[in-house]
Amino acid sequence: MSGNGTERFVTTLGEIPAGEGRTFEIDGKRVAIFHTRAGEVFAIDAMCPHRGGPMADGLVGDATVLCPLHAWKFDLRTGNAITGLCSINAYPTRLDDKNHILLKI
Amino acid sequence: MTKQKLVVVGNGMAGARAVEEILARGGAEQFDITMFGDEPYGNYNRILLSNVLNGSQNEEEIFLNPLSWYRENNIKLHAGVRVERIVRTSRHVVGNGVVEPYDKAIIATGSRSYLPPVRGLHRSDGSLKPGVFVFRSLDDCRAIAGYAEGRARAVVIGGGLLGLEAARGLQNFGLRVEVVHRGSHLMGQQLDGVAGSILKNTMHAMDVAVHLRKNTEAVLGEDHVTGISFSDGTALDCDMVVIATGISPNVEVAVRSGLTVERAIVADDHMRSPDDPNIFVVGECAQHRGMSYGLVAPLWEQAKVLADHITGANTANAYRGSKVSTKLKVMGVELASMGVTEPEDERDEIIQFTEPKKGVYKKLIVRDGRLIGAILLGDISKAAYLTQAFDRNTPLPEDRLALLFDLGTPSKRVTMDEMPLDTQVCNCNGVSKGALMACVKSGRRTTKAVMDATRAGLGCGSCKGLVEEVIQWAAGGHLEEDPSVHYYVPGVPLNKTDLIRACREQNLKSVSSVFKALAGGKEDAGSKPGLASLLSIIWAGEYEEERDARFINERVHANIQRDGTFSVIPQMAGGVTSPAQLRRIADVAEKYHVPLVKLTGGQRIDLVGVKKDDLPKMWQDLGMPSGHAYGKSYRTCKSCIGTDYCRYGVGDSIALAVRIETYLKGIDSPHKLKMATAGCPRNCSEAMVKDFGAVAVEGGRWELYIGGAAGAHVRKGDILCTVDSPDAVMTYLSRFVQYYRENAKYLERTYSFVERVGLEKIRAIVVDDSEGIAAQLEANLLSSTTAYKDPWKAALTSQVPNEFSSLLRVIQ
Ligand code: SRM
Ligand SMILES: Cc1cc2nc3c(=O)[nH]c(=O)nc-3n(C[C@H](O)[C@H](O)[C@H](O)COP(=O)(O)OP(=O)(O)OC[C@H]3O[C@@H](n4cnc5c(N)ncnc54)[C@H](O)[C@@H]3O)c2cc1C
Ligand code: SF4
Ligand code: FES
Repeated sequence: MSGNGTERFVTTLGEIPAGEGRTFEIDGKRVAIFHTRAGEVFAIDAMCPHRGGPMADGLVGDATVLCPLHAWKFDLRTGNAITGLCSINAYPTRLDDKNHILLKI
Repeated sequence: MTKQKLVVVGNGMAGARAVEEILARGGAEQFDITMFGDEPYGNYNRILLSNVLNGSQNEEEIFLNPLSWYRENNIKLHAGVRVERIVRTSRHVVGNGVVEPYDKAIIATGSRSYLPPVRGLHRSDGSLKPGVFVFRSLDDCRAIAGYAEGRARAVVIGGGLLGLEAARGLQNFGLRVEVVHRGSHLMGQQLDGVAGSILKNTMHAMDVAVHLRKNTEAVLGEDHVTGISFSDGTALDCDMVVIATGISPNVEVAVRSGLTVERAIVADDHMRSPDDPNIFVVGECAQHRGMSYGLVAPLWEQAKVLADHITGANTANAYRGSKVSTKLKVMGVELASMGVTEPEDERDEIIQFTEPKKGVYKKLIVRDGRLIGAILLGDISKAAYLTQAFDRNTPLPEDRLALLFDLGTPSKRVTMDEMPLDTQVCNCNGVSKGALMACVKSGRRTTKAVMDATRAGLGCGSCKGLVEEVIQWAAGGHLEEDPSVHYYVPGVPLNKTDLIRACREQNLKSVSSVFKALAGGKEDAGSKPGLASLLSIIWAGEYEEERDARFINERVHANIQRDGTFSVIPQMAGGVTSPAQLRRIADVAEKYHVPLVKLTGGQRIDLVGVKKDDLPKMWQDLGMPSGHAYGKSYRTCKSCIGTDYCRYGVGDSIALAVRIETYLKGIDSPHKLKMATAGCPRNCSEAMVKDFGAVAVEGGRWELYIGGAAGAHVRKGDILCTVDSPDAVMTYLSRFVQYYRENAKYLERTYSFVERVGLEKIRAIVVDDSEGIAAQLEANLLSSTTAYKDPWKAALTSQVPNEFSSLLRVIQ
């Protein structure tokens, strides 16, 4: 997991429907943020390391996401590849009590 | 007992296999295992790189041990870390800043491509000149593929096994490929002159030109490859060069660690270094009794002996060298070779058959009644038998002719009972009939379980059929099926019938409620779309849609493309359009700068390369319903001109197609449903190769076809029945479609469904109403089509936040 920077406010939980992801641009860097049905939030690089698939369009199940192009599967908590050849960067993310999504990058 | 530390240097086929053999002998209790691999991946099947290059397999498919395997077996993997040396005094392995202590170490560094002394291979900084490639690793494959795009000519240096595989692979990129070879015939190690020249003709016939006796002197081109020149003064123009002139073992680690290295790293009959009892050597980097091997079969044997000794499981075992036989996996060439290629003294008899025009050549070399060498080209039907006789040095039958040909008797495949126990069934992974039997006996009761446990059939895959037969036979009819093959989706342990019953009984109408009630709350991403499809089929209007359960295509009602853009295909029932509609499509294409406008194979117009954000605006401007060209749903009904204009038409195919499409719209189904209607048996709309087709015949009648396809799988549809009115077509169509929707597995097209269920049964249910469910089927379909809403229209008033935003800004 990368991200040693300062924690910053990205958006509110309501902007991302449960079980889906959306792409954000933060200081020129594109990050996919997911809101799982269990109410957790996660952030990984927006593009798949395989052939650049848009990760935010992927299917989410528990804390995993499937790339929409060729179904590589990643662990949202760590970015580790579950199927596929290499992992993706994951960034520490949390929700505060106002349902704001905070991200360290 | 504290565990010993085992460190493996080299994470290739031999290293990983040795670890698997060690684990199989209970090694996890004895060792904490750490592996170093220079390549940043888990372990893949290097043999299959040829398939990756020629496009017949994906990278993902060739992995033997993905990263998860290491985690599951508690193996610490340093992927992408190159080991420099083993410090034997303090027992540490050192590489790239990583230091690992060991009690036992295994060197399995394999080999690399040998680079011949040719001028101009390198740039001044020592790197390979752009356009020069070797063919050894996944990264090499990727580099070749990346460079090949848009180039015209490639030359492969080296006419051996690997060179020929590379040549065929390169053709996949549309390149003109030539092979240059120094020797006087191809595959000098495995073939004699006659076979070599027949093979050369075979390669020519496949458009690979072969130049023999060419000694490459230089690679031409200043900053990238433009050609190569030879010692005879001639030259060839080309854009890229792939070098396949042999391998040289990776011995540097051993040299730096003070181990004996000759041509390769020396190992004894236990696969130990003679210098250090704690260090083992295995694979292509090993030299045993003066031999080193460049094929996998010997590595498997070495890995077993190594594992027996390192774990103490069988310290009596010894490796005594391997006999090698090869099969060429070049697409379009059948070739097997083993042992010597020429007789060695007058005792040796040659048995030979040549039919050069057909590219067939067979040659056996027999000494004292036993096979010491064979070449089979163009027809390898006897290869299995001969390889066995060669490997085991068994006496050959007197009737020599029967060695070359199947003469009717005895049968081609020795019956299972007669097949000796030690017959090697899977050559890639060295699995014998006996090993398969033992595995079945140990309680594994499904084909998949036996294959996973023994790895039989998981190499190049060519033996899969035989492996299955042996397993069947060994189980004596008591084989079970893997229960998960019956699950409707992998994440919910129920077959389709039970799943439907559970959903109905427990009133489960949304995907998340199914996971909660039937899968212990565990959500499986890959199972979501299948569940969404099923719930929509069984609950029709009462289904509770959850957008996150849908694959992106069905979430944004458009097909995702390789660059993350989408395509827009409006409905155009039966392929019929109008000037006004065409004008609107043209306006929209211009307004949104659509990069490609294309007619599809489904008789409508595709606006390709659209940004997600533009989708709803375009739909609004078009004012046409969705054509559903993206979903696992009803797709299209193509039509031909039919009665109104065609001089042959006997049925109104256009009207029927429009009626079908208007009725079915875009309802969900287990897989795509494609249909067509034809006005006469000339069948211009290809109705006989559709999931459902209606072909008009004389007398106002329609022949109905089901289960046809002409995509990845080609199947002519079966005639369901002949009816005498469009109304009757709609009746049987409805029953068949709904029966398929309710009973097919997820992602099972009708071409498999009809074969699985059987035409007779489907006909009985759909036509004769043998189960008394016909009316119900019709009613169920009607409730789905009634509940249908055009998703493009619905999206305009959708409340889902940021549904079509490809990028959101951070809130400041
Ligand atoms: C657009 C179109 C090609 C074209 O320009 O003509 C097309 C495009 C795709 N086809 Fe097709 N197929 C198209 C007509 C066909 C046809 C011809 C037809 O429909 O009459 C066939 C053979 C008929 C059949 O299916 O029996 C066809 C057989 C396939 C298959 C093989 C299915 C099979 O089981 O054999 C796939 C792969 C799959 O479904 O898994 C596929 C998959 C695809 C996908 C969706 C691949 C994907 O998953 O992204 C392509 C989308 C490309 C893109 O970037 O949008 N396409 N595809 C055609 C759209 C037709 C339409 O208007 O709806
Ligand atoms: C395209 C192709 C097709 C082939 N087809 C066939 C076939 O049809 N039949 C057949 O029998 N054989 C075939 N082979 C040969 C077969 O793949 C090899 O015999 C086999 O892979 C050798 O296994 P190995 O583990 O010894 O070496 P490798 O599989 O090469 O593994 C060695 C690994 O060690 C790593 N390594 C090296 N040095 C270090 C270091 N210092 N530190 C850390 N890691 C290191 C390397 O990066 C590599 O990953 C083919 C080979 C190729 C390239
Ligand atoms: S045949 Fe179909 S799936 Fe294949 S490239 Fe063409 S459009 Fe894509
Ligand atoms: S681009 Fe993500 S799996 Fe291929």
